[in-house]
Amino acid sequence: MYTEKVMDHFQHPRNVGEIENASGVGTVGNAKCGDIMRIYLDIDENEIIRDVKFKTFGCGAAVATSSMATELVKGKNIREAMQVTNKAVMEALDGLPPVKVHCSLLAEEAIHAALWDYAEKHGITIEGLEKPKSDIHEDEEEEEEEY
Amino acid sequence: MERLIYLDNAATTKTAPEVVEAMLPYFTEHFGNPSSVYGFAAANKEVITRQREIIADTLGAKSNEIYFTAGGSESDNWALIATAEAYASKGKHLITSKIEHHAILHTCEYLEKKGFEVTYLDVDENGIVDLEQLKSAIREDTILISIMYANNEIGTIQPIREIGAIAHEHGILFHTDAVQAFGQVPINVDEDQIDMLSASGHKLNGPKGIGFLYIRKGVKIRSFIHGGAQERRRRAGTENVPGIVGFGKAVERAVSTMEARTKKERELRDYLIERIEKEIPYCRLNGDRTKRLPNNVNFSFRFIEGESLLIMLDMKGICASSGSACTSGSLDPSHVLLAIGLPHEIAHGSLRMTLSEETTKEDLDYVVENLKEIVSNLRSMSPLYEDFVKKQK
Repeated sequence: MYTEKVMDHFQHPRNVGEIENASGVGTVGNAKCGDIMRIYLDIDENEIIRDVKFKTFGCGAAVATSSMATELVKGKNIREAMQVTNKAVMEALDGLPPVKVHCSLLAEEAIHAALWDYAEKHGITIEGLEKPKSDIHEDEEEEEEEY
Repeated sequence: MERLIYLDNAATTKTAPEVVEAMLPYFTEHFGNPSSVYGFAAANKEVITRQREIIADTLGAKSNEIYFTAGGSESDNWALIATAEAYASKGKHLITSKIEHHAILHTCEYLEKKGFEVTYLDVDENGIVDLEQLKSAIREDTILISIMYANNEIGTIQPIREIGAIAHEHGILFHTDAVQAFGQVPINVDEDQIDMLSASGHKLNGPKGIGFLYIRKGVKIRSFIHGGAQERRRRAGTENVPGIVGFGKAVERAVSTMEARTKKERELRDYLIERIEKEIPYCRLNGDRTKRLPNNVNFSFRFIEGESLLIMLDMKGICASSGSACTSGSLDPSHVLLAIGLPHEIAHGSLRMTLSEETTKEDLDYVVENLKEIVSNLRSMSPLYEDFVKKQK
């Protein structure tokens, strides 16, 4: 079902974790649909992405696309990072099954959401960057059941 | 990967070697069409009758009430559609449950498009149909109640006898999809007051592509596949002789081993449940603890998603299944898990493991050890778990 690269990034995901006091954090997706991605960016004064980490709740493709997206933006200027589209992520993974294409879109959105957070905090605008579509907490229901 | 631990016996089972052996001569030697006149072929008619008797005996039915089909889905489709058509003049209302197999649910949707009305009963948090709701759902024009014997995902066994009694008190036909239950629990169509019952060969170590529909004598039912005079003119098509022979053998085998086999499976099932509950935090057993198929274990693990879990288990040679959206090809997780009241994100993190007679305690120890590691690994990657931990602080 998945390419070797997808399997590799799923089994050995790169850049998993959190960054304390990150320059930008973005969370996209929806637990209802079974995919949530969170990206942390550490951006230096030259607007270079010095470090990036992610956390993902989702299927194999969701984890692999998050992992690949972090690899692709690491070390890049924030404007260059905007070039990391879902297509670029998919190509770098040697493709995804059609039903999993939305995972790569989510990865792109997660990067954009983290950049948006950074831009807002620093009062700058990044060309082509739009406000993230949805925040997962908007329609998240409080669930306090005991398990 | 050397080791293969197959825990997906609700999906399909290994065809038993003696079943295969019984089938083989019917491909090459006794290949004749049972409808032919010459002796060697016509003898196959007797062979089919013999299998019909074996199967009927296990259900307390008569052999001419067993109609062979190509499998469980066909039996379900036939039971619903042909009954609806035959009894449409009496009424156009059917009752089923929200946790049926799609072979029932999608057939009901089809019937709704054809002008029938369907009531989908709720189930409780363990997946059991509410009998009071069933009683109040019955109307003047209700023609059929179809409730599965046992659920394929969470293994819950329904109060079939009570449902049969309620149906018959009201003069309504009762069909049950027993694809998962047949061969695992003793079934008697008279005691349970069942009018129609669907079953499948490959769920009980028989071959794929063969099933049957039990139809009680006196039930008006129309033919579903039109053509020849096979199956008392109800289901045309040259009989799948090897399949029928294999099915008969598998049923014989399943019934004769049922007591010892299910006792062993029940013990192993409970052992697996106990270990998971003890050793993996934030999990929930889905389905009823006791009214449960002997080989079914279904858990939800919070903060993780089922497909990831399945791939990781596969890497360790463990075959299981999940009710997550990613494994169903839609955005919604399993309708069964939603019907028992699980929130979407918890339903996404479900894992079903269905044991067989070959499963050992050592297999399950290996599974638990790996499962612990995998669940904790996936949680360390999960933003939901991160939020949860931060909230706890």
